[in-house]
Amino acid sequence: MQSQATYNYKVVRQFAVMTVIWGIVGMLVGVIIAAQLVWPELNVVEWLSYGRLRPLHTNAVIFAFGGCALFATSYYSVQRTSHATLFAPGLAAFTFWGWQLIIVLAALSLPLGFTSGKEYAELEWPIDILITVVWVSYAVVFFGTLMKRKTPHIYVSNWFFGGFILTVAVLHLVNSAEIPVFAEGMLTPKSYSAYAGVQDAMVQWWYGHNAVGFFLTAGFLGMMYYFVPKQAGRPVYSYRLSVVHFWALVFTYMWAGPHHLHYTALPDWTQSLGMIFSLILLAPSWGGMINGIMTLSGAWHKLRDDPILKFMITSLSFYGMSTFEGPMMSIKTVNALSHYTDWTVGHVHSGALGWVAMIAIGCTYYIIPRVFGKTEMHSTSLINVHFWLATLGTVLYIAALWISGVMQGLMWRATNVDGTLTYSFVESVKASYPFWTIRVVGGTLFLTGMLIMAYNMFMTMAGGRAVNDAPVLEPAHAH
Amino acid sequence: MDINDLRSIVTVLMFLAFVGIVWWAYSGRRKDAYEAAARIPLDDDEPADIGRGAGQTNH
Repeated sequence: MQSQATYNYKVVRQFAVMTVIWGIVGMLVGVIIAAQLVWPELNVVEWLSYGRLRPLHTNAVIFAFGGCALFATSYYSVQRTSHATLFAPGLAAFTFWGWQLIIVLAALSLPLGFTSGKEYAELEWPIDILITVVWVSYAVVFFGTLMKRKTPHIYVSNWFFGGFILTVAVLHLVNSAEIPVFAEGMLTPKSYSAYAGVQDAMVQWWYGHNAVGFFLTAGFLGMMYYFVPKQAGRPVYSYRLSVVHFWALVFTYMWAGPHHLHYTALPDWTQSLGMIFSLILLAPSWGGMINGIMTLSGAWHKLRDDPILKFMITSLSFYGMSTFEGPMMSIKTVNALSHYTDWTVGHVHSGALGWVAMIAIGCTYYIIPRVFGKTEMHSTSLINVHFWLATLGTVLYIAALWISGVMQGLMWRATNVDGTLTYSFVESVKASYPFWTIRVVGGTLFLTGMLIMAYNMFMTMAGGRAVNDAPVLEPAHAH
Repeated sequence: MDINDLRSIVTVLMFLAFVGIVWWAYSGRRKDAYEAAARIPLDDDEPADIGRGAGQTNH
């Protein structure tokens, strides 16, 4: 037992708390824009109108909520699996404050109307530069810690986290290649993409889909491979499957982006290529899902009274569901029906609420008591309440948008005998209202669960202490 | 040689590399190493003060 070195829990604690805070902020904005679709009069001022708030919602839930969860879980698990404290603790603290500054800048600039117009990459160039600096620091801290590890093998969760960090760096740099200008002085930065026409669209969706594949998938699979075995108390079902899972995902995801541009000016062969690779992606996705769920094989009874495990296993079920749905929707003939409808939005939220948010919530519930000196959360029954609110909210949300999406697709393509359109666009809008109302209800349920989580977290913190003396343990002897 | 030939060759090499990884991962001699690797998160005992209770007071 060493006494001198301790794990760096401070930065983990900071990111874990902010995961919950930004989760509430991002999902609240989501509920607001969902309500604005049902009651347009809620668009009171331009800064809080649907068009300004929608990118704020996506940025907040992906990069603020999801990002903080990724930082917290990767910093926690890389230390524990490497039996080493974080490399460059000053730089680790910088990644926390830098990332929070980026979030605040996004929360100010997007409602004010600053946008480069690239989906999930709307932030203007000064913020892009700051993201690059923080991200490189993250990579230095993470890989530096791996280099300090006392185990010969790099555990699989670290491969996924490492792949996510490297790829996101490349994606951000390539997609954000832009001409920086000031429109009217220092306070009006404007970015002009370095690409034009269909190349710009292809680069954007190469970025966009890999943001899903690496930020929202590989990183969160890193969480799965560490926290599911920990919470279940069992090793991962098949380690060799996890190795193949990693490489299959990495080799395949990069090619799937063109399915966002079916029936556009993108060459047909590129569209077909994107579709084929999207279909192939089903294999690694389901391999990973099975690997995660089967980790519980022989210990299914633990699901009965462990709501944290329920969150994790349910998230994997939604992962399986949305990674089946995704390849299906990438088939051109299916996409002809689904594209530009609510079906896409429903699909995204089956992944975002069901998979990404639920695994992140489960892992945050795992981390919080450990970094605040408690054996468990303040209330286990409140975690259970949160679980059911989240599950019910997600199911309501995606079922409503499946129906409205398919309905919209069918209405838009319906023609009369003489070839004219059966429905005007606004008729499809009118028919969507009931389902958009159900979406508001589903989103509100999910948000309510997050508020309960915040209460539970603050009660846990109130009765706990900031753990800064967790000793770095020697690795177990090789068997 | 056309640059597209080079691109095709790289794609085929990547595919072969992936097949090689699968073959390597499933070869028998990796079995023990993987079993040890899978234990990495679990062989990491919690410190006594924040352990999960229930008999885990071995430090």
